[in-house]
Amino acid sequence: MKFVDEYRDRAKAEACARAIAAITTRPWSIMEVCGGQTHSIVRYGIDELLPEKITLLHGPGCPVCVTPLELIDKALLVAARPEVIFCSFGDMLRVPGSGGDLFSVKARGGDVRIVYSPLDALKLARENPQRQVVFFAVGFETTAPANAMAVFQAHAQKIANFSVLVSHVLVPPAIEALLSAPDNRTQAFLAAGHVCTVMGFEEYVPLAKKYRVPIVVTGFEPLDILQGILMAVRQLEAGRAEVENQYARSVRREGNRPAQELMAKVFRVVPRKWRGVGEIPSSGFALRGEFAAYDAETRFGVADYHADEDSECISGQVLRGGKKPRECPAFGGRCTPERPLGATMVSSEGACAAYYTYRRHAERAGS
Amino acid sequence: MCLAVPGKILSASGEGTTRTGVVSFGGANKEASLAFVPEANVGDYVLVHAGFAISVVDADEAAQTLEYFRQIGELGKLEEPGSKS
Repeated sequence: MKFVDEYRDRAKAEACARAIAAITTRPWSIMEVCGGQTHSIVRYGIDELLPEKITLLHGPGCPVCVTPLELIDKALLVAARPEVIFCSFGDMLRVPGSGGDLFSVKARGGDVRIVYSPLDALKLARENPQRQVVFFAVGFETTAPANAMAVFQAHAQKIANFSVLVSHVLVPPAIEALLSAPDNRTQAFLAAGHVCTVMGFEEYVPLAKKYRVPIVVTGFEPLDILQGILMAVRQLEAGRAEVENQYARSVRREGNRPAQELMAKVFRVVPRKWRGVGEIPSSGFALRGEFAAYDAETRFGVADYHADEDSECISGQVLRGGKKPRECPAFGGRCTPERPLGATMVSSEGACAAYYTYRRHAERAGS
Repeated sequence: MCLAVPGKILSASGEGTTRTGVVSFGGANKEASLAFVPEANVGDYVLVHAGFAISVVDADEAAQTLEYFRQIGELGKLEEPGSKS
C-alpha cells in the first residue's frame, strides 16, 4: 500500500538504528505517547534494534486503556436496557467493568453492535426510530472530530433517538501530568502523529520549554518511529529541547482547522478521570450545553454512578512509564488479553497486551 | 485506536459537512467523509480515521522522509560495520 510499505524497509531501519547508535553517548529514556506507536515498536522489535543506552517508555496514549472503570460500568448499564442499540468501536467490547464487559451484556441478550464510524451509529438511529441508539464516544483528539460530527449531524437532522456516552481525553494535559510528577523518568517524547494531524503542535511548544524536554511529532510506521527517535536523541545529545515534526507528510503546524472548529462547537474542556492514573484537570471533553440533549449519561440516568478500580493491577504505573509489563506478577498468568485485570492488557494498543502478543514466548525462553 | 490509513480518493460528492468520497485502500474501496479536508481533490491521498479523512498526504514531504533514509543508508555503507556502541 502506498505511503505504508515504503516505511517498513528492514535495511533502512537498520541503517537508522546505526545512525542512532553512532550519536548516542549517554543513557536516555524516551516515551512514545501513542498506543499505536507502542504496538508498532513491540510488533516490529524496534526497541531491540536500538543501542542499549536508549530506553523506550510506553506512554498513556491508549484511549481504550485509560477509559475509567466507572464509565465502562455506565456503558454496561446503558447497553443492558431493552430499548437500546449500543454501538462501539470493537476494541471497547472486552474492556472489563466491575461486573463483566460489553460482550457479556451481548451474550445476555443486549443489542451491542460494533461500528467502524460514529456515522454508522447515526445511520442506525435513522433506520430504527423506535429504538434508542447510543454511541460510545471514546478517543483522543484524533477521534473527537468524527464524534463531534455525529452529534452535530444528529442535531441538524433532528435525530432525537441518538445519544453519545462521551469519554474523550486529551494528550497535552496527560504529558504535563507525567512531566510534573516527582518520579518522572521521561527525558524526551515522541508525540502522537495523528493527534497532531488534528490539533497541530503549537500546544506542545510551551511544554517543551517549561520542562526542558524535546518533543518530536512522530508517525506510526517503523521508519517513522526510528527517525523520531533519532531526532529526539540528536536534541538530547545537543542539550536542545524543541518541538520538531517528523511526520510532516500528515502534520501541519496549525493542524486541521475545520476539524478543530467543529470540535470546539460541540465539546467543552472538562477534568477527566484516567484509568490507572486518576483525575487530570482540563484533560477531556464533554458536550456543550446546546448539545446536552445528546448526552447518554443524563438520558439514561447514570451520570452519578461511581466505581473504584481494582488495586492489584499496576497499569497506572505502566501507563506512566514507571514499570514494564513483565514487572507485574500477574502478567501472562492471572492477567491475559482473554481475562484482563486492567487497562493495559485490554486493548491491542496497551503495552501489556502488545508484550503478551509479541513477546511472551521469547521472554519465557529467556527467563 | 488512533489508527489512520492512507487511501486514494476515487470520487467525491456533496459539500460542506456532508461532503463524502470513495477512497481506495490498496484496491479495497470504502466511503469516507471529506468534511474535514475541503482542499482534497480526486486523485489525492488522504489519511482516514473512523470514516473521516483527517489530512491530505503531502507527497513532497513523504518523498523527503524517504530521501533522508536513502542518505542514511549511503552514509552507513561508508562506515565500518560494527561501529555500534
